Amino acid sequence: MALKPRTVLANMAVVLLTGLTIAPLVYMVIVSFMPRGESSNLPTPLWPSRWSLENYHELLVRRLIDGAWFDYRIVPALFNSVAIAAISTVLGLLLTVPAGYAFAKLRFRGRERLLKILIASLVVPGQVAMLPLFLIFKQLGIVNSYAGVILPSLAGIFAILFVRQATLAIPDEMIDAARIDGASEARIFVTIVLPLLSPIVVTLALFMFLGSWNDFLWPLIVLADQHLYTLPVAVAAIAREHSADGELMMAAAVVTTLPVLLLFLAMQRYYLTGLLGGSVKG
Amino acid sequence: MTRQERAAWVFSAPVLAIIALVFVLPTTLAMALSVTDYSIYALADWANLRFVGLGNFIDLFSTPLFWRAMGNTALFAVLGVPMAIGASLAVALLLNDATVRWKPLWRVLLFAPYVTSIVATAVVWRFLFNERSGLINRALATVGAAPIDWLGNPHTSIPAILIFVTWKIFGYNMIVLTAALSVVPQDLMEAARLDGAGRWTRFRHVTLPAIGPTLLLAAVMSVAGFLQIFAEPYVMTLGGPAQSTTTILYFMFDEGFKWWNLGQASAVAFVLFLMILALTMVQTRIGRRYEWL
Repeated sequence: MALKPRTVLANMAVVLLTGLTIAPLVYMVIVSFMPRGESSNLPTPLWPSRWSLENYHELLVRRLIDGAWFDYRIVPALFNSVAIAAISTVLGLLLTVPAGYAFAKLRFRGRERLLKILIASLVVPGQVAMLPLFLIFKQLGIVNSYAGVILPSLAGIFAILFVRQATLAIPDEMIDAARIDGASEARIFVTIVLPLLSPIVVTLALFMFLGSWNDFLWPLIVLADQHLYTLPVAVAAIAREHSADGELMMAAAVVTTLPVLLLFLAMQRYYLTGLLGGSVKG
Repeated sequence: MTRQERAAWVFSAPVLAIIALVFVLPTTLAMALSVTDYSIYALADWANLRFVGLGNFIDLFSTPLFWRAMGNTALFAVLGVPMAIGASLAVALLLNDATVRWKPLWRVLLFAPYVTSIVATAVVWRFLFNERSGLINRALATVGAAPIDWLGNPHTSIPAILIFVTWKIFGYNMIVLTAALSVVPQDLMEAARLDGAGRWTRFRHVTLPAIGPTLLLAAVMSVAGFLQIFAEPYVMTLGGPAQSTTTILYFMFDEGFKWWNLGQASAVAFVLFLMILALTMVQTRIGRRYEWL
């Protein structure tokens, strides 16, 4: 079968565009393995003269310089990022999934009004709250702590609406039947609703984990102690000081982006379908 | 209270309490803060706090850097929204072509930049934009163009950051528009083709009305997104050169957390909020009036 020129052209355009799009990420990985200083040679090298781990060694390993321990604090930042993203995700799910279900299926006074307020509040940019929030957290003594980073991420208005939207598709008859059989509300939620919601919960978990991992402005504000920095905050701090160090910066970028990129690639189906589910308002 | 009602409150009260503490309360306080002279002195001792009425706003409106930041942010939005939405739409239309194979694979790869950290990829793009050894100038050199000092020249700093931002975010609306394109009525498309409508006419009169609402929603959200640009200049240009990339949020961050003028910074936050609110209202109205062209 001969291919039409139009088919060839369209496919080539897609391949070219995709190549251009992922080129920066591929180049980031390549440069991170170049020997130090090589990337500033002219003409700009596209391939390492030899594959080297020295940037990762420099970035990740603590060493003694003039009698003092020195490192870029990327390993602690990696640990902080994983811990904060994991805690935010677990607590976020525990808080928002039952609430989303309640807003969809349980009748209670004030539900419609609360729902309207939640939807309207999506217009308010989070940054408006940040300055007073910093002062409140200072009073509470949780500035410069995990709690200070995590707590605001738990106010998952979007997550509640997202779960509610998905829950509306569950037929009332199923829930009512269980009620007539004498099941408690908690039992109905855990044994009937939750299994049906599980794909949505996976999607939401992915959104929450990636959101927390990539979050920047609030951790930058609330964390002053370098040992508590998350990866984006640590990388930004290094980038503002070591701007000339191309290979080192690319290694830092790889450490920050690769874990979530792999997570996304492994679970892309959940992510992309969730994205479309979330864009439909009810 | 019924059993159902009690369960509902048990399920939703914890998260509502957190929303009240970290969102409703501080948003309300932001308004209060913006009419005080809250600064590093008040941070040390509340007794130093004074009510200044609209003083912060008057000060703000006579600060040249504030207007510079407003202008820069407006430029980001005015150039960035068509650039990003245009890219999303172009790629979505291309991917929608029946002859393209392995669509799911391309979709995932094209979307990948969206899930990466802004800070990390901004570091990568700053490296790509390097005047002497950056890959972009090397590519330009192959077609004979002179090297551009992308991030070091106040005239190219915003376009450079916008190229990065477009690369980073176009995948999101590409996915949203792909979904919208899949429900464009095919019988209508076929009828138009039989009537001899060309490619552009079909796009203009069949495709565009069908995806109009989605496009409008994408535009609203993009405007709001561009008004909130912060991490990109923070990492790539430090707001420079010559303050050409100082955005509203960058200005607010410096005012609030570098100089600790939290009263003044709250006034900035309030202005940002009003702008996003106004834009959202204007765009919903346009959408309602025309029901998309």
